Amino acid sequence: MANEILEEHINKDYEWGFTTDIDADEAPKGLNEDIIKFISAKKNEPEWMLEFRLKAFRNWQNMVEPEWAHVSYTKPNFQDIIYYSAPKPKKELASLDEVDPELLKTFEKLGISLEEQKRLSGVQSNIAVDVVFDSVSVKTTFKETLAEKGIIFCSFSEAVQDHPELVRKYMGMAVPPTDNFYAALNSAVFTDGSFCYIPKGVRSPMELSTYFRINASGTGQFERTLIIADEDAYVSYLEGCTAPQRDENQLHAAVVEIITHKNAEVKYSTVQNWYPGDKDGKGGIFNFVTKRGICLEDNSKISWTQVETGSAVTWKYPSVILKGNNSVGEFYSVAVTNNYQQADTGTKMIHIGKNTRSTIISKGISAGFSSNSYRGLVQIKKGASNARNFSQCDSLLMGDKCGAHTFPYIEIKDKSGVVEHEATTSKIGEDQLFYCKQRGIDNEKAIGLIVNGYCKEVLNKLPMEFAVEAQKLLAISLEGSVG
Amino acid sequence: MISIKNLHASIGDKEILRGINLEVKAGEVHAIMGPNGSGKSTLSSVLAGREDYDVTEGEVIFNGKNLLDLSTEDRAREGLFLAFQYPIEIPGVSNINFLRTALNEIRAYHGQEEMAAKDFLALVKEKSKLVELDAKLASRSVNEGFSGGEKKRNEIFQMAMLNPKLAILDETDSGLDIDALRIVATGVNKLKSKDNATIVITHYQRLLDYIVPDFVHILYKGRIVKSGGKELALEMEAKGYDEIKKEFEIAD
Ligand SMILES: Nc1ncnc2c1ncn2[C@@H]1O[C@H](COP(=O)(O)OP(=O)(O)O)[C@@H](O)[C@H]1O
Repeated sequence: MANEILEEHINKDYEWGFTTDIDADEAPKGLNEDIIKFISAKKNEPEWMLEFRLKAFRNWQNMVEPEWAHVSYTKPNFQDIIYYSAPKPKKELASLDEVDPELLKTFEKLGISLEEQKRLSGVQSNIAVDVVFDSVSVKTTFKETLAEKGIIFCSFSEAVQDHPELVRKYMGMAVPPTDNFYAALNSAVFTDGSFCYIPKGVRSPMELSTYFRINASGTGQFERTLIIADEDAYVSYLEGCTAPQRDENQLHAAVVEIITHKNAEVKYSTVQNWYPGDKDGKGGIFNFVTKRGICLEDNSKISWTQVETGSAVTWKYPSVILKGNNSVGEFYSVAVTNNYQQADTGTKMIHIGKNTRSTIISKGISAGFSSNSYRGLVQIKKGASNARNFSQCDSLLMGDKCGAHTFPYIEIKDKSGVVEHEATTSKIGEDQLFYCKQRGIDNEKAIGLIVNGYCKEVLNKLPMEFAVEAQKLLAISLEGSVG
Repeated sequence: MISIKNLHASIGDKEILRGINLEVKAGEVHAIMGPNGSGKSTLSSVLAGREDYDVTEGEVIFNGKNLLDLSTEDRAREGLFLAFQYPIEIPGVSNINFLRTALNEIRAYHGQEEMAAKDFLALVKEKSKLVELDAKLASRSVNEGFSGGEKKRNEIFQMAMLNPKLAILDETDSGLDIDALRIVATGVNKLKSKDNATIVITHYQRLLDYIVPDFVHILYKGRIVKSGGKELALEMEAKGYDEIKKEFEIAD
């Protein structure tokens, strides 16, 4: 009996671990200029795009994989990865009926709707979603509704074809191809992703989102997202992701760039739920992601909110370059690691403009044998007068086999800058659990309650639908970790 | 209601409870008194199911069930409530959310449906009046930043919400001024019925002026050494515990 329950828990751990049997159009394994040309040709790209890729590739070849993060893993063999895998047939989809029914079923199982439901008397907000399956975007919903407002929301590949001037102008502005090893790799081989442009004075009438799904084995996922908010524009953007349960480690190396013009605001929320590997640390996604936004002009704001529960190894620092005066950068994060997961995550806030403000709230939760590090940089450049930062980094430990680390770096070059940093480490209390149980609440529910309470400041920043999902996910990720 | 027979419990190899016998019937209030270190808190922890203690001998029957076989949460769901001496803080979890979770867990255990939000809020309103608990405290995080008195009142508020069969009040009087003591005691008295029972654990007899016990037991070195009516509490107060200590000195 006890065994059955245990088994049920283990199997329940990762509900998204199934695979979809679908015909795929794949590139041969390995990485060289021919593969890059192959990808570019598949996507029918203009010359400048291929040039961008090749330049990035040549750069990448001279770079070394970073080792400063507090994680250890067997480095991926970059010649053993398939860099392009697209569900067949990839042609312009005029209607949902043309999408492979297997694919539709997959997303149904994942709870992602590819159907554009009608708005329900304003109660339930609709979300437009761009769905990326392995290497390509398969469907973007609500495109027409958004287009009426002048909002461009489409796959990255389409943007390259239809809005080359915007892509050329902004791509690489926040994350140059030379930025780091994985950003360079992504710039060379990225296959798709989402593109979003909100024109002057427009507030997006709905939440926009990208859903990433890795399906094929032996592949890596290298997508790019580019979000531009023009003057006085606003958008709230969501990102979700899952992958099948596999013994191998799969690489996910994405780039997300956000650019805000005068008075514009972008709120970017992620619930990261890549397959974390099994109880013994076998398999799982390597999540090496570069996310950065630039508050290009005055009074603009970029806000990152992330709930990270997945991946075997995470290496991720959503950052904001505060260039415009009075611009605001925010980072709200919950990072959960269980079993043998490793996370090294945090943020960079680079203050360049005057009166710029940034807030960092990081909540780490470690359980099992996992390792969870916060790494943050707050930099106040010369001339960034009256810059302000507040950072709070809390760690919660469950059990005594896991580790939590905090690496805050602070560089202040302007005397008028003020940086506040608070950090706490606590253990989930036996006393708290006993108190809950004495009131009739069982162990799992009690942990859920305590953990959600601990993360409240961050969860409150998520859009409603996402917050509910995130809460459930937190509880599932930590199942069986105490008591 | 509850029948405790020859209960022995230890922590590590130190025996703390050395054969407790106690019978509490519905409608009764029992007081357990005794000097510091006699095992009063240990008794309440063992009954509630705290895992730090090993029960080495004895039996506890609660509503016809073997209490010691039940998990902590099932004991609570069966109607055992412990008002903590030091209520625990749970940051970020509102009192309301905490209680709604608890109440619905208990209801689910008894095969009842979740309580509708409207009914729940009405219940909160009604019960918070009982202990004069500020409505604001109900929506604040559980015990976080509460004063000592507020924490104790919150315990009784929770008790009122969960409507237990047997309530154990562990040193609920400690740290309370006379006004708070009166409020807490009034709350407890109002909750008393012929179907439930209360065990009041206290070092001082002061609380017993307000919550009048039917029986008083003196706990010393892990045993109940004397039992009587409410006058026993007064006697103890007058004489102090020294006499008991002399009379029942047991070689360790
Ligand atoms: N966790 C513990 N570890 C070791 N000894 C304990 C522990 N808890 C209680 N004791 C011991 O058990 C005895 C009874 O304690 P307690 O039940 O707190 O008594 P009371 O509540 O009557 O003051 C004391 O001698 C105390 O030191």
